[in-house]
Amino acid sequence: MSAQSSTSAQPVLKTEDLVLYFRTTKGVVQAVDHVDFELDEGRAVVVIGESGCGKTSFAKAVLRLLPRNVDTYTGRVYLDGEDIMELDDEEFRLRIRWAKMSLVPQAAMNALNPVLRVSDQVAEPLLIHDRQVTKEEAFERAREMFGYVGVPESFLHRYPFELSGGMRQRVAIAMALITRPRLIILDEPTSALDVLTQANIMNVLKKIKWETGTSYMLITHDVATSSELADDVAVMYAGQMVENSDAESFFSEPLHPYAKMLMAAVPKLRGDEELEFIPGQPPSLLNPPSGCRFADRCPFRFEKCDEDPPLFLVGDRKVKCWLFEKEAQGVYGTQPAVATGD
Amino acid sequence: MTTMTQTAPSSAPMASEKNVLLSVRNLKVWYELRKWGFGLAGYVKAVDNVSFDLHEGEAIAIVGESGCGKSSLMKAILGLVRPHDGQILYQGQDIFAGGRAGLRWYRSQVGYVQQDPFGALPPFMSVRRILEEPLILIGMKNREERLARIREVMEEVKLSPPEDFLNKFPHMLSGGQQQRVVIARAMIRNPRLMVADEPVSMLDASVRVEILKLLRQIQEEHNLAVIYITHDLSTVRYFSERIFVMYAGKLIEKAPTDELLWHPQHPYTLALLNAISDPDASNARKLREVPPGEPPSLVSPPPGCRFHPRCKYRIEGVCDTEVPPEFEARPDHFTACWLYDERFADRRQALEADLQFD
Repeated sequence: MSAQSSTSAQPVLKTEDLVLYFRTTKGVVQAVDHVDFELDEGRAVVVIGESGCGKTSFAKAVLRLLPRNVDTYTGRVYLDGEDIMELDDEEFRLRIRWAKMSLVPQAAMNALNPVLRVSDQVAEPLLIHDRQVTKEEAFERAREMFGYVGVPESFLHRYPFELSGGMRQRVAIAMALITRPRLIILDEPTSALDVLTQANIMNVLKKIKWETGTSYMLITHDVATSSELADDVAVMYAGQMVENSDAESFFSEPLHPYAKMLMAAVPKLRGDEELEFIPGQPPSLLNPPSGCRFADRCPFRFEKCDEDPPLFLVGDRKVKCWLFEKEAQGVYGTQPAVATGD
Repeated sequence: MTTMTQTAPSSAPMASEKNVLLSVRNLKVWYELRKWGFGLAGYVKAVDNVSFDLHEGEAIAIVGESGCGKSSLMKAILGLVRPHDGQILYQGQDIFAGGRAGLRWYRSQVGYVQQDPFGALPPFMSVRRILEEPLILIGMKNREERLARIREVMEEVKLSPPEDFLNKFPHMLSGGQQQRVVIARAMIRNPRLMVADEPVSMLDASVRVEILKLLRQIQEEHNLAVIYITHDLSTVRYFSERIFVMYAGKLIEKAPTDELLWHPQHPYTLALLNAISDPDASNARKLREVPPGEPPSLVSPPPGCRFHPRCKYRIEGVCDTEVPPEFEARPDHFTACWLYDERFADRRQALEADLQFD
């Protein structure tokens, strides 16, 4: 599909040195710390990591959905090559958010307005972002979207409380789809749902991807389910992107020690592998260590780990770990160049 | 952890030799529906005719989707709701027969691990007070004695050193530590039975493994009987010896863990297993097969087998009219599905073709 042809073209989304720090009473929380990342057209990337690793903040930084206590928000975000950090808030709202990038928020099924019919809620983004569209056309498109996500048309005029959790989740996805965005960001879209409903929603997302070529960013802590949609995998740890690989290579052999250990903690349905957990806890983002942030929990630690590693390029894969310095072809991104020791 | 996978198959035949600790007989938990506040308008049949035996030191898992009645079953076992009909026998005694005093004693024998640790811990109480309260309730008057017991349990759930945690409040602890406090509270009165309701579903992958290992260790050390309630079949293998699958208020399949995972017999169990992903890049290239529709309403469940409207193997005229009894499809493996009746052996082939796993 389009995935192969687009490798040379410009990515849908690219971030350079993206930083998002929050102010709190205890100090500055470094939620997103110098993230360099890119996503090619028509592909789905899953951002995995434990709670508090900054994956949701990363999505918010990309969408510029910021709370009031932002301390630092810098870097570049390119959408189809356009630097959207340059835009002012009003223009961003009109042209980018929901027009080109939409979001299915965490617990979206509970985020619907209880006093509006679901059809009104699904049609609303289109009416706001496309001034030419009439109300009738918008409802027609909403009907079409319901077909995509597999909600019966008779549900159009119902209220959210009349729908089951899975159906409400589909409505939230329809709402994100209706403006035909270039990129949909899904924040834990299935984590509150039953197994069968989860599989159903994943089927819906796959079909939409195959039919429309929309790009996805899926944020989740559920590694097993994430593999249902993944073309690429990005692993976040303590506010940083520590590995970014294609799914095929990642699921057969993760590179970063944290990714390796995370995969060893994922239960498999059958088979005899022993589960392992990662001793210790992630560092506080208030005052993270200056070197590699995983070093304290890492079994492969050596002297070099006291320095902050860059994102090494290993083939097409990127990994933020000194272990790969020798075999790396170079360094990705805008981080300060590494002084080659010898 | 190796012991987990090794004990699972071998202990199944042993289980029948052990003493029965808890026996559930034809249990019905029905909630009344009222019309205009009075006048009976029917029942929500959350648990309908469920029977099973739990042996001492045995860990079982009850697996089902939300709304299948697993929480109602759990509440009845904890003595929190009175069953409409049927009995729950603990060491041969009906738990409701002894009145309030009897129930009180029974509850001191049962530990309960809640799903959401943050919601289960009172935010205004320190860890010490949280753990002290159950001891005060059973009449442990000596302060030093209580504190010694609290320290002992905290060491056991690896909240060590206890001094670091005793005076903390729940919000000061991480999710994993909160869950350890919940487990400590469940264990503090030395129960014989533990009911764990989705103990790891709110936790991150790595912490989840820590807690599962901890629960397994406690279970083995104390020869504790455990009822593990979950919707996630991928974690049961690490914890339970037998699995019961629940659908729309009924137990539709009962089997030892590995037996159930490798040789599921009921079409619903098969659908559940097929919906679970193992991390693998090939998942993204194929659609998963999911039965159509949603679980039925428990007010007016479909006649016959409750899964038949969603089942692609259903036999018209049988599955939609007659309630299937339990068949022993394989040794020690029971399933409530008409396909295992000898009369319909020829209809079973379609299902058997789908039961091949690698």
